Amino acid sequence: MTMHDSALTRRSLLKAGVGLAIGVYVARSGKAISQTAAADVNIAPNTFLIIGADSTVTVLCKHIEFGQGPFTGMATLVAEELDADWSQMRADHAPSNPVLYKNLVFGVQGTGGSSAIANSFEQMRKVGAAARAMLVAAAAESWRVPATEITVEGGVIRHSSGKQGSFGEFATRAMQMPMPNEPKLKDPSTFNLIGKEGVVKRLDSMAKSNGTAEYTLDINEPDMLTVVIARSPKFGGTVASFDASAARAIAGVVDVKQVPTGVAVYAKGFWPAKTARDLLKITWDDSKAETRGTAQLLSEFRALSKTPGKVVNQQGDADGAIAKGGRLVEVEYVFPYLAHAPMEPLNAFMKWDGKTASARFGSQFPTPDHAAIAQVLGIGQDRVHLQTILAGGSFGRRAQQTTHVALELAEVAKAIGPGKPVKLVWTREDDMRGGYYRPFGIHRMRGVVRDGKIEGWTDTIVGQSIMKGSPFEAMTFKDGLDSTAHEGSSEIPYDVANFKCDLHQVDVGIPVLWWRSVGHTHTGYAVEAFVDELLEAAGQDPVEGRLALMSKKPRHAGVLRAAADLAGWKNAKLETGRARGVAVVESFSTYVAQVVELSMGEEGPIVHKVWCAVDCGVAVNPDIIRAQMEGGIGFALGHILYAEQTLDGGNPVAGNFDSYRSLRINEMPQIEVEIVKSSEKPTGVGEPGVPPLGPAVANAMAKLGLPRPRQLPIVQGASA
Amino acid sequence: MAAFMLKINGQHHQIDVDPGTPLLWAIRDGAGLTGTKYGCGVAQCGACTVYVDGQTVRSCSLPVSAVGTSEVTTIEGLNSKEGAAVQKAWVALDVPQCGYCQSGQIMSAAALLGLNPKPTDRDIDLAMNGNICRCATYVRIRAAIHGAAKSLEG
Repeated sequence: MTMHDSALTRRSLLKAGVGLAIGVYVARSGKAISQTAAADVNIAPNTFLIIGADSTVTVLCKHIEFGQGPFTGMATLVAEELDADWSQMRADHAPSNPVLYKNLVFGVQGTGGSSAIANSFEQMRKVGAAARAMLVAAAAESWRVPATEITVEGGVIRHSSGKQGSFGEFATRAMQMPMPNEPKLKDPSTFNLIGKEGVVKRLDSMAKSNGTAEYTLDINEPDMLTVVIARSPKFGGTVASFDASAARAIAGVVDVKQVPTGVAVYAKGFWPAKTARDLLKITWDDSKAETRGTAQLLSEFRALSKTPGKVVNQQGDADGAIAKGGRLVEVEYVFPYLAHAPMEPLNAFMKWDGKTASARFGSQFPTPDHAAIAQVLGIGQDRVHLQTILAGGSFGRRAQQTTHVALELAEVAKAIGPGKPVKLVWTREDDMRGGYYRPFGIHRMRGVVRDGKIEGWTDTIVGQSIMKGSPFEAMTFKDGLDSTAHEGSSEIPYDVANFKCDLHQVDVGIPVLWWRSVGHTHTGYAVEAFVDELLEAAGQDPVEGRLALMSKKPRHAGVLRAAADLAGWKNAKLETGRARGVAVVESFSTYVAQVVELSMGEEGPIVHKVWCAVDCGVAVNPDIIRAQMEGGIGFALGHILYAEQTLDGGNPVAGNFDSYRSLRINEMPQIEVEIVKSSEKPTGVGEPGVPPLGPAVANAMAKLGLPRPRQLPIVQGASA
Repeated sequence: MAAFMLKINGQHHQIDVDPGTPLLWAIRDGAGLTGTKYGCGVAQCGACTVYVDGQTVRSCSLPVSAVGTSEVTTIEGLNSKEGAAVQKAWVALDVPQCGYCQSGQIMSAAALLGLNPKPTDRDIDLAMNGNICRCATYVRIRAAIHGAAKSLEG
């Protein structure tokens, strides 16, 4: 679906008459090396930009759009340098192509680590600038005037003689013009769209407000079968035997097949598939399954946390400083497994004719997913077409280092055989109990305060590695340890002379995955709740005390001051029963500070308001930055208050929103966001709004005289 | 299996399904209208919200056999003045993020304005707390409902 005009699909757009299609592949050398002729576009979609005869400009987005805003972000960057009018802009997903559409941070096509704007800022501006130069050259040739006398503004090409034309008029001719290798980019002081308030609106709001936006669940093709799978209740369990006679008796069921992940029911529609799946009688072989529950894991982790782990980072002599005495603070923080639970449960669609395959789904890592499909089907990757489409949220869940959904999709297609389009659908319960959780873990922290000063700090972490065994292991491991397990804890922003962070990296048979802000989901809480506790012991104000320790961290200090000023932290007069807490966390090179004001309700804290300051370098789309802060705060709050996936004898317990409670509108605080002005290079905003919220809540609770929560979620045993 | 004649958005659809099939799947897989979403299947999230004879219903939990001759309205057929005002306000404030829950949110919001043209924050909380948004777009949902209410004052 091409956003902004739901009647147009890319195919129809292309057929309708493409003038200019530009694929600028900016290699590390920064050289533009590919240019696609318009006639080739239908079969070689190696392009970032298509200008239609109607002057619409469609940007092909190499990042998946699942709410964080890359459609609008990429289009903003292109439109800025192209001098297009915003109403001309459209966006669509680029297909899978590991060369053209690789994420310049990862080296493969994929979305994650809040990297979309950061890695595309120059690349997409160059695409826009190159297209502009080619349009200008075409107009100059046509009008027989020097290109230097031509201006472009608001999508109109003009010459001083009074001649003017649209992009569509010159698009075809522009294709014949040489593509500039190093197109000149604007000086930021002349930006019309980047960083401007109110000029850029999201390209996907309309289609997402009238029901026309197409997600994977909405795919419906002739002869398509819906596939629902019975998977092992325990991780690592396999099918020993099964009886499908009751399942096969359900009207609409077409077939039942054993696949590597379980037993698959193929039916005409979801309901018969799901009904039949639930009637399968399966005996599971649990001989290799993880059978520990979370209670057992907690006692094992706790015992380990009292022993030294492998040191990740240290300075001075933390143990020695603590042994010298003073006010000792020792705390343990326990973090539960968390499901991502995006609104759209996992799913995927594929057609396979025996020779070629065409898959469509919300693939967050197209390159590995593409390879996985080709491998299962035993065909070359050039025989597989993979098209990413809109996804109903992810929060990390659709970026699978194991490519398990792509593998399962190809396996179900292969098991039923060629010629039968399949739509694989996970139910909410399948999704919630299907693993790939934010890892369970413990931080054991010790610190000492002498003469009003933090003299020593240790943080012993026990947790599972997310990256171990994945293609990202080499990138993220150092000395055998997963850096995402300690990021944020191993380098704190505070001047503490004697510091140590050590890690027990534990193997558990529960699949885990990055979850919106990855390691910072727990390290942000541990560090920010702990520093607050130490400052309290030192008799210092949470804001001033932090600032005094941030001599080397001006951007942390900047957002902290900004959030405190926004909230009126100093001299704030609060209603009786209310208190405020603060936290500041850097994640993905973006700095966020939050002040929360809360009171205690019958169940737990009621957060009334959050003041948030963010420094993400150059702010490309201010309103999307605000939206991501708002959403990050709400996402964090729901989980910190209520969410936990427990395991009973290895079986995940929570299966739906009745047992895995989500934040609802009546619990959403008021939010004010300030974007700190910056000329630093832009960084991401999808994840960094999450980490400070939890510790700010804990610190506000402490101001009410309550203990900072040691075990999350704050409300234990919450149900909807 | 049985044949049901459903009236959805003013059009008749003959749908052959098991009588216990939830209305949601009759709408999606039977009538081919995909704006109404599946999020939980147990009336917890509200992504499947439609109107049956004008009343908001979680279509994932209503068997198709219970619909009878009632008129079903989905997001595709939302054409009340409240619905139009809500959709306009949603776009004006760029409410959606992933967008998957928003059909349900909009159906609930338009129904609220039909009953209560000037809702307070508390009214909104009460009417909308059956609709989960995992992206937590709630701040803008609230603001957009107020905006739509204001635009309807005329």
